[in-house]
Amino acid sequence: MLSNIGTSLVVLVLILSFLIIYTATLDLNTTSQLVKKSIYKLSLFQTTFTILIFLSLIIGFINSDFSLINVYENSHTTKPFFYKVAGTWGNHEGSLLLWINILVIFSYLFLLFNSTHDKKYRLYTLIVQNILILGFLFFLLLNSNPFNSIYPIPIEGLGLNPILQDPALAIHPPLLYVGFVGCSIYFSAAISSLLSGYGGKLFARSIKTWVKVSWCFQTLGIIVGSVWAYYELGWGGFWFWDPVENASLLPWFAITALMHSLIVLEKRNTLYSWVIILCLTTFILSVTGTFLVRSGILNSVHTFASDPSRGIYILSFLSLMIFSALIIFFIKYKKETYNFNLKSREIFILANNWFMVFFLVTVLIGMLYPIFLDVLTNVKISVGPPFFNIIIIPLVVPFMFLMAIGPKIGWIKSQNKIFYKVSFLILIAILINLFIFYFFGKYSFLTNLIFIAAIFLILHSFLDIKKIITNKNKIELPRIISHLSFGLLVLFIGINHQFSIEEDFNLKVGEIKKTNNYEINFENIKIKESKNYKAVIGNFKLTNLKNNLVQYLEPEIRIYANPETLTYEAAIKTKISSDLYLTMSNVSRSDYYNIKFQNKPFMIWIWISALMIALGGFMQLILKKNED
Amino acid sequence: MKISILKIIIFSLIIFALFVFWRGLKINNNYDTKSLIGSKISNFRLIEINNIDQYISEQDLKKNKYTLINFFASWCAPCRAEHKYLLNLSNENKKIKIIGINFKDKKVNAINFLKDLGNPYDFVGRDADGKISVLFGAYGIPESILVNNQLTIIKKIIGPIDQTQYNEVLKLMQ
Repeated sequence: MLSNIGTSLVVLVLILSFLIIYTATLDLNTTSQLVKKSIYKLSLFQTTFTILIFLSLIIGFINSDFSLINVYENSHTTKPFFYKVAGTWGNHEGSLLLWINILVIFSYLFLLFNSTHDKKYRLYTLIVQNILILGFLFFLLLNSNPFNSIYPIPIEGLGLNPILQDPALAIHPPLLYVGFVGCSIYFSAAISSLLSGYGGKLFARSIKTWVKVSWCFQTLGIIVGSVWAYYELGWGGFWFWDPVENASLLPWFAITALMHSLIVLEKRNTLYSWVIILCLTTFILSVTGTFLVRSGILNSVHTFASDPSRGIYILSFLSLMIFSALIIFFIKYKKETYNFNLKSREIFILANNWFMVFFLVTVLIGMLYPIFLDVLTNVKISVGPPFFNIIIIPLVVPFMFLMAIGPKIGWIKSQNKIFYKVSFLILIAILINLFIFYFFGKYSFLTNLIFIAAIFLILHSFLDIKKIITNKNKIELPRIISHLSFGLLVLFIGINHQFSIEEDFNLKVGEIKKTNNYEINFENIKIKESKNYKAVIGNFKLTNLKNNLVQYLEPEIRIYANPETLTYEAAIKTKISSDLYLTMSNVSRSDYYNIKFQNKPFMIWIWISALMIALGGFMQLILKKNED
Repeated sequence: MKISILKIIIFSLIIFALFVFWRGLKINNNYDTKSLIGSKISNFRLIEINNIDQYISEQDLKKNKYTLINFFASWCAPCRAEHKYLLNLSNENKKIKIIGINFKDKKVNAINFLKDLGNPYDFVGRDADGKISVLFGAYGIPESILVNNQLTIIKKIIGPIDQTQYNEVLKLMQ
């Protein structure tokens, strides 16, 4: 029943998309300055029905309708309500449906909110976006239909991977998807701009908001994924340079570069071709990332059961996208002449772009090189954190200096006044760094530089904020918050990395272990039955030997029934100054438990500053709205 | 569209990347345990965990009738589960030598691990960054490969060794 409804709705949306392309193409040649009413209506229908498809799948999951293979494979009646709903997008088919939803919703909203812009440009955008929608709809229908039915109907489902049953992970995919799939709209807009010749300032203005929206969501999505890895994977790390994490970083670098160069296009009406390239690259990288993850070429927690036919489809679609975009770009490309003064803000924004491109290329190579080597020569290597740390971290130092100074430089040409202030701030930053170095411990030369640069950026941003308070001009505030938070993020990561303590040992119930600053007492163990798992909970009493502060931590070993899996839940005590992080795992055939204890300074501040980076983006959206 | 060298380079790079992705889809599909069986172990050099001057290479394996190479780490829970089978194997069977490769682990933890649970290995090698294990085609741990004196892989076990796997290993050696 649900299966038929779902599939019919998908076909209906498919037909609507064809109709939109058809009517929009006809409308291109009419003399009227307005987009036809019928196109709005068709788009509205398309959006409504697409959302309905998604809702019916959610209903299937809520009611545990195991007549759908997708529900049978990914859900279970004993799962809590929340995870039944989240299970909808926790699998390949459902998440593809979510993907299509975002494509369609963005398409409609873009049409709606850009009524002041050129008609041809809007129509072409709609057409290109609907071609993308069609591509993914066919993929859904032919290869990954979430509404495929199964007969006889199973009584019970197979369950959702327990590692995915987590609040952070339930919201992680939707956030990332709004971010990644949201890029599709300016991919379409860029192609449309090339086709209709509607470029320059006005083009920049039409896509600005969309770039910011997708940037905010991407940033947020990446942070949530990282938070999840921190408390769920049980290693105490938060970024592993894992290929899938890298795949999510690539579009982020491109979009960050885009967000900045868009300012130049809007204010100075130059860099048009470069903006177009970035628009195209961002979405192409999003799809490439999806391809690599979904096809199973990259193996990680993100790989749903891999299926090569799926890979072939996305790959063909990706190739089609890249080649048509490139060919249109090269045909329409017009040479621009640039004359930037070396001391203008344009140059600093361009510098941001060079850094972003450099980071992007580094991560791209680190991610693709092992794949290429494996495919071409059958040699397997893994490119790990050392590669990225060596290449990326030193570059962050000059990057942060530019981040502080850049926005203060005027457009076109600027004076030398700024030089004194900068040297003064650098001096203070060096002094603060010396203070940390002297009182808290030794670290490498590079770390010194990182700290100095980060502190400089932070100080500089604080001065900017002070200026805003006296001038009462809020316009710059979001930018300053994002830049300031980046400085804080780097500083806290640096401190965290430098001063973390990690101990690994085996303990029996009743035993006590002493480390440098802590006494760890394994008091007892209890068993807890929960709705969808059974947990072995350890009771640990931690005494800080310095101030005799006592804390209780309760790490768990969870035994999930459907599917049968063991997960280790870390016990984390978060304080303003540091996180205490404790995991335990069982040692079979013995009374011992393996305990991993970590003390990680300023952990919470890493999350706060990362979130503040995204917050800056959201603020910009809101402030700009008020101003218009 | 005018054709320039830059365009040709861009297009060829993209075509190359897409081609590799396409090949990758196929290869990934073929890669499983069976394809490794029958292949030979190539040259390697494994350094002893306690003594960096001591090492073994493929030549040493030729002296043993059978060698079981086991990848383990102290942080890996399933490794603890399979440990008893390794102990049994080393106690009860004289035909086989067991080599442990300690995968991405801290030295102290690995030594404590063996102290606590017993040491079934005739040789424990250290693979701090996981490079040697990749050479053997190990994806994750625990994993074990059984090699004969011609250096041919005759069995590969992914995941912890259990009773069935244990019996199969014994059968293969008869």
